[in-house]
Amino acid sequence: MRELRGIGASPGGAAGPVYRLAPPPTVPPLAENVDPEAEKATVRAAVVAVAADLTRRADTVLEKTAAEVLRAQVMMAQDETLIDAADIAIDGGADAPHALTDVLAGHRAAFEAAGGYLAERVSDLDDLRDRLVAACLGQPMPGVPDPGHPYLLIARDLAPADTAGLEPGLVLGLVTAEGGPTSHTAILARTLGIPAVVRCAGILDVADGALASLDGASGVVVAGVSADTVTTVNADRLAEIERRTRSQGPGRTADGHPVALLANIGSARDLTGEVEGVGLFRTELLYLDRSDPPPYEEQVAAYRDVFAALPGRKVVVRTLDAGADKPLPFLRLAAEPNPALGIRGLRVARQTPSVLSTQLAAIAAAAAATDADVWVMAPMVATAAEAASFAGSCGEHGLPMAGVMIEVPAAALRAGQVLRHVDFLSVGTNDLSQYTFAADRMCGDLADLLDPWQPALIALLASCAAAGVEAGKPVGVCGESAADPAFALVLAGLGITSLSMAPRSIPAVRESLAAHTLAECRQIAEAALAAPSPEAARAAAGA
Amino acid sequence: MPTRTVLVGSASGLHARPAALFVAEAAKQPVLVTIRTSDKKPVPARSMLGVLSLGAKKGTEVTLEADGDDAQAAVDILADLLERDLDAVDA
Repeated sequence: MRELRGIGASPGGAAGPVYRLAPPPTVPPLAENVDPEAEKATVRAAVVAVAADLTRRADTVLEKTAAEVLRAQVMMAQDETLIDAADIAIDGGADAPHALTDVLAGHRAAFEAAGGYLAERVSDLDDLRDRLVAACLGQPMPGVPDPGHPYLLIARDLAPADTAGLEPGLVLGLVTAEGGPTSHTAILARTLGIPAVVRCAGILDVADGALASLDGASGVVVAGVSADTVTTVNADRLAEIERRTRSQGPGRTADGHPVALLANIGSARDLTGEVEGVGLFRTELLYLDRSDPPPYEEQVAAYRDVFAALPGRKVVVRTLDAGADKPLPFLRLAAEPNPALGIRGLRVARQTPSVLSTQLAAIAAAAAATDADVWVMAPMVATAAEAASFAGSCGEHGLPMAGVMIEVPAAALRAGQVLRHVDFLSVGTNDLSQYTFAADRMCGDLADLLDPWQPALIALLASCAAAGVEAGKPVGVCGESAADPAFALVLAGLGITSLSMAPRSIPAVRESLAAHTLAECRQIAEAALAAPSPEAARAAAGA
Repeated sequence: MPTRTVLVGSASGLHARPAALFVAEAAKQPVLVTIRTSDKKPVPARSMLGVLSLGAKKGTEVTLEADGDDAQAAVDILADLLERDLDAVDA
């Protein structure tokens, strides 16, 4: 047995055999003295292996659209013209990987030239190329492994694209060598309710198939555990999930002070079980992988799906949060040396106002067709003037509740002035940490600076909460810190009125609040605010 | 040589499900059928990559062509299929 240490990113225990996410293959330089017949045989063997693997996946995947995409990939792989064209390239001196890469590059160009739907499918071609090349080189299939039974997924780090098809029933836990507590891996794991540990150096030295266990709270990973341990850990986890699902009701302190517990979602699909409402409806999903902005009607339908599922309840919609760090082709944003500090969030409307106005019109139309209590907020607001301008746009579209995200320290410092123009604030602690500490969210080496228990971050939260109390307007938190059961006590004590998080994180926060009175929360908040370091703040809060 | 020119009838164009159904039907035919648009070279109708690369949308004019025994029947079967809205066909 070998104990490895990382940072706990999503609580819970998990155990099982580990399998790694293989990176896309790198094509080595063109081989010299290519034997054309051997290369042609390699192409054929790769096609057979990839088609068989994709067919097996298509047969087991539950989601219909995903299965259709996989079957279309099988037909591309088995296309006779692919082999014919690869043969010609090989006769011209190429080896198998280069021949397949070149042939598929030709189709890729045709797909892109066709535009629209086809241009959005180039990622399927790229994936097929990576699979064929990996098969030629004898490397593992790139992407999320599918050993056919539950396992622990290990990786250097995970990108959103890697995890689109991740099935919580199969992936028992996640361990990454890099990434931080606010990386995509961590957010995804909490959303799916999968225990996870990030920044676990040495995890990639563990062989595929070896049994390991992880504790997503403490960050401890043990490699080389027994089969009995695996059974026990997973049984405990199931019992824990069972207990949590029985916890219900609105968020309250022990003495009945309400703190709304809301859900962070990206689409109606993320709504699992009963929630008080939605504190962050991210709308980016609609805009991704597109060469044109989503049409008005399509947006109305997508928003209506969410609103209709929450009659009489609050839904806070965040307008498009895109920028050079999350590029969307139709925005035609130039590459920026510092995308996190560039044209993103509400700033996009300076250049392309139509994207925001179409979105606000679609939200208003969907809201009018349902009984949900729809609020709208803008990301990346820095000044009271920007807040006023956004509130004006919302008013023009007949949206009664307009607010802004507090992610930029400038806006947090002037929260009172910002609140004069809008109806509510929602603090995005992930970005607020990044901008306050000048520490990139994706930079795992700076994870200590991105700790929400940093007293400077707590001070900014306190100033926003105080501004809300003074104005008599709600101030919520929708960053990852809201999902920390101990930190939730600090937030409640500061005067934050709602906490929004991945739906699966709600039960633990609900239990934590219910075990403390408002007076206790205030004491904890004062102690954390006065602490000289994150460690001292945690200790002061008894966390 | 049997030839037929038709307009693509599927709402999403000759992509996704319509393309998969068309290519699968072409593979069943005893003769090689080619398909082309007005501005592109003919590609084998049983080639998924070739058919997709045509980028044919709803209403695009496409020409089918085949040679040999049963060529007319094969062209007719595939032309009729193209004219239908294959997005509306049950899975």
